[in-house]
Amino acid sequence: MGDNVSVNDGIFKKILHPLKKRFDDFRQLEPRDKLKRISALILDNAMLIIIVTAIIVIAILRPRFLSVASVINIISLTAARLPIALGIGGAIVLTGTDISAGRAVGLTACISASLLQSSGYLGKMFPNLSPLPPILVLLIVMLVGAVIGLINGFFVAKFKLHPFIVTLSTQLILFGAVLLYLQIGDNGGQTLSGLDRSYIDFVTAPLFKISGIAVPRYILFALIITALMWVIWNKTVFGKNMFAVGSNEAAATVSGVNVFLTIIGVFVLAGALYGVTGFIEGARIASSASYTGQGYESDAIAACVIGGVSFVGGTGKISGIVIGVLLLQIIFVGLNFLSVDQNMLYIIKGLIILLACAVDMRKYLKKR
Amino acid sequence: MSEPLLEMVGMTKSFPGVLALDEVSLDIRAGEVHALMGENGAGKSTLMKCLFGVYRPDGGRIFLGGEEVSFRSPRDALDHGVAMVHQELEQAKDMSVSDNMWLGRYPRLIGGLPVVNERESHRRTREVLDSLGLNIRGEAKISDLSVGQRQMVEIARAVSFSPRVIVFDEPTSSLSDNEAELLFKIIAALKEKMCGIIYISHKMNEILRISDRVTVMRDGRRIATEDKESLTTDRIIRLMVGRELTERYPKIDTPPTDTLLEVRNLSTEYTGLSDANLTLGRGEILGIAGLEGSGRTELLSALFGLSERSSGEILLDGERIDNRNPTEAMKNGFAYLTEERRVDGIFSILSLTENTTISSLKRHRRLCFISEKGQTRATEDMMRTLRIKAPSAKEKIRSLSGGNQQKVILARWLLTEPRVLLLDEPTRGIDVGAKYDIYLLIKRLASEGCGIIVVSSEMPELIGITHRILVMSAGRVAGELPTAEATQEKIMTLSTKYL
Repeated sequence: MGDNVSVNDGIFKKILHPLKKRFDDFRQLEPRDKLKRISALILDNAMLIIIVTAIIVIAILRPRFLSVASVINIISLTAARLPIALGIGGAIVLTGTDISAGRAVGLTACISASLLQSSGYLGKMFPNLSPLPPILVLLIVMLVGAVIGLINGFFVAKFKLHPFIVTLSTQLILFGAVLLYLQIGDNGGQTLSGLDRSYIDFVTAPLFKISGIAVPRYILFALIITALMWVIWNKTVFGKNMFAVGSNEAAATVSGVNVFLTIIGVFVLAGALYGVTGFIEGARIASSASYTGQGYESDAIAACVIGGVSFVGGTGKISGIVIGVLLLQIIFVGLNFLSVDQNMLYIIKGLIILLACAVDMRKYLKKR
Repeated sequence: MSEPLLEMVGMTKSFPGVLALDEVSLDIRAGEVHALMGENGAGKSTLMKCLFGVYRPDGGRIFLGGEEVSFRSPRDALDHGVAMVHQELEQAKDMSVSDNMWLGRYPRLIGGLPVVNERESHRRTREVLDSLGLNIRGEAKISDLSVGQRQMVEIARAVSFSPRVIVFDEPTSSLSDNEAELLFKIIAALKEKMCGIIYISHKMNEILRISDRVTVMRDGRRIATEDKESLTTDRIIRLMVGRELTERYPKIDTPPTDTLLEVRNLSTEYTGLSDANLTLGRGEILGIAGLEGSGRTELLSALFGLSERSSGEILLDGERIDNRNPTEAMKNGFAYLTEERRVDGIFSILSLTENTTISSLKRHRRLCFISEKGQTRATEDMMRTLRIKAPSAKEKIRSLSGGNQQKVILARWLLTEPRVLLLDEPTRGIDVGAKYDIYLLIKRLASEGCGIIVVSSEMPELIGITHRILVMSAGRVAGELPTAEATQEKIMTLSTKYL
């Protein structure tokens, strides 16, 4: 403990000193105020407390939960879900949402798989198509996602429709599109499998191994995308404008922000990111079907809210979203370890979203 | 002298790092108008919030009619007969006047059943509105009323509780002169009924006219409580600012040069502006007077490309420009400070830096990336130049006082280096010190060759800081006066020309 402090003076100044000051302030309070402070502290950090407790409990009951294999598994799942959450995060910053995201992942996963089935595979959707270079397919599905985002964004920006209504509609349209797509050729709605080795390798080949456990390549994808998104959110005019529009659209208009293009931009970017998750999921699960991506949007929205991207709009951090996705995956994997009924998972997810939103809103309700 | 009706003794409240109220005492007698004055941030709002239980004071006691009270909420205060008319209107905009009046205490149809007696509530609304002499229909939707009418509804609602003490927080800031007169009549009637009135305002002439005593606050302390008779505008200002302010307006002494902007036959499609003509010289400060709703704001927003134009042309330096949207207007060197700071001015949850630089982000761009250092430097420069009081550029703008928020938005526009600056009520609801700073800034910009159009409801202000005044009436330009020849009477006459 003492060592750490001397190693890094900055830590003391930045974290410990304010903490100590807060503790001193706290000690001077009346008992009644103390109790209030404590309960506020607990409520404000409710999600974190629950999750840390969950990790500890699960780790005690099932020690394998914290094994290298399990941890890498959790990180991999996080990486696969990160792009979609980063996309939805932007929509939430605009005080919107995007519930078409999961279906967009489904469609892009199916398109990726269909374009990258191995030549010899019998049930191939496009029998005469030799597998394309995976990177090209990635760009294609990002483009498909971007077009979906363009449609969402256009209706939100042009007609001032609430994103919920717009994406509810596109969600249905996309589901229909997936079902129709799976009917192409002789596929007859079947699950798309028999993927070409090049695709599987491109996405899941080991980057390196930790005590014999492979770390898949898509973790690198997620890292690159996260870095890129961080730059876009924090360092570009577009990013600044996005926060301005989310914070006060009227003021943004008067300030000369192109609100129309900003909204469209956020949705297009989100769509392209759904394409990335679709591409990763296509190879990771290796059998894409109409139900692929179902419910991903609710996981992503939950992750954003847990990570502090508020529905009030105008606030949110990339790091928060990363933490949100990670925490959520930890819970899901942990519950699997405890052999919790699959059906029960939905209920737990629902409760988590509700709790996270309620805790978030507390901040804005505070008056004294 | 009568016993105090409401008495606050030794009120103290601190926030992290700030002592917002330092042992402030205030007493209100029955049938008295007690004015509460002070610059923004002097502690007036904090004191009121402590009274109404919005904040819990750290120390101090409150007595109402001799009994000690401690209200838990504004609602609780209301139940004890202490009402407040807020400056910020929080009304259910899509509901009727009547609904807003009785929300939370609707007359019931049958006994205790939760069914609203619409007829009864409309009848009572009529009664209240009539008794106050207000010409507003109880069925009208709030969103269809002018800001002034909405404020009057809020006042009517407070009065309908028959309170013993009523607090007015800058009630006239959005009222027309006629509406303000009506308010003064209402206040006189309340005095008759031995109601105690706390009147918060920045307007000296109002204070000197209607109040009995004046309490001045500064930096969280009570500086003085004096009878109106012993006070003058200058003395109040001196008490408020704590230093001598020799002039209320800086002398505007640089004459305008050649024509910068010319507007011909400008009409808007939906906002009621019709056939407006004006010219603006380089370095000229042009004032726009007129009643609320006379088309002043509409003229500015049409010039800035915020509303659809049906006809007319705008010439900048003799060349025709379009200004179809704010982005285009900004490219042409226009900047627009809007009337409602909180609605379309500030990004309340964003920092000072973001608020200051949002319109000039491209200047801080290196390749594709924004230099945060550049943003911060620009903001800090502006904080110094405009004397913006804030702990740091990272601070969220919502924690600043109104005057400082206004300066931040001005800073936002200064950073775009405007050639034509449109200012809509630039000093509304801000304190004397900040006002003077803003006047100085306007003067400086004009002397540097910027053309400035100032819309204001305060005629002394227009007469104080402009070269020329354009008066609007019912969406049209009613006339033009060189400021040297302008008087309040002439302006008033012109502003009712087309009514």
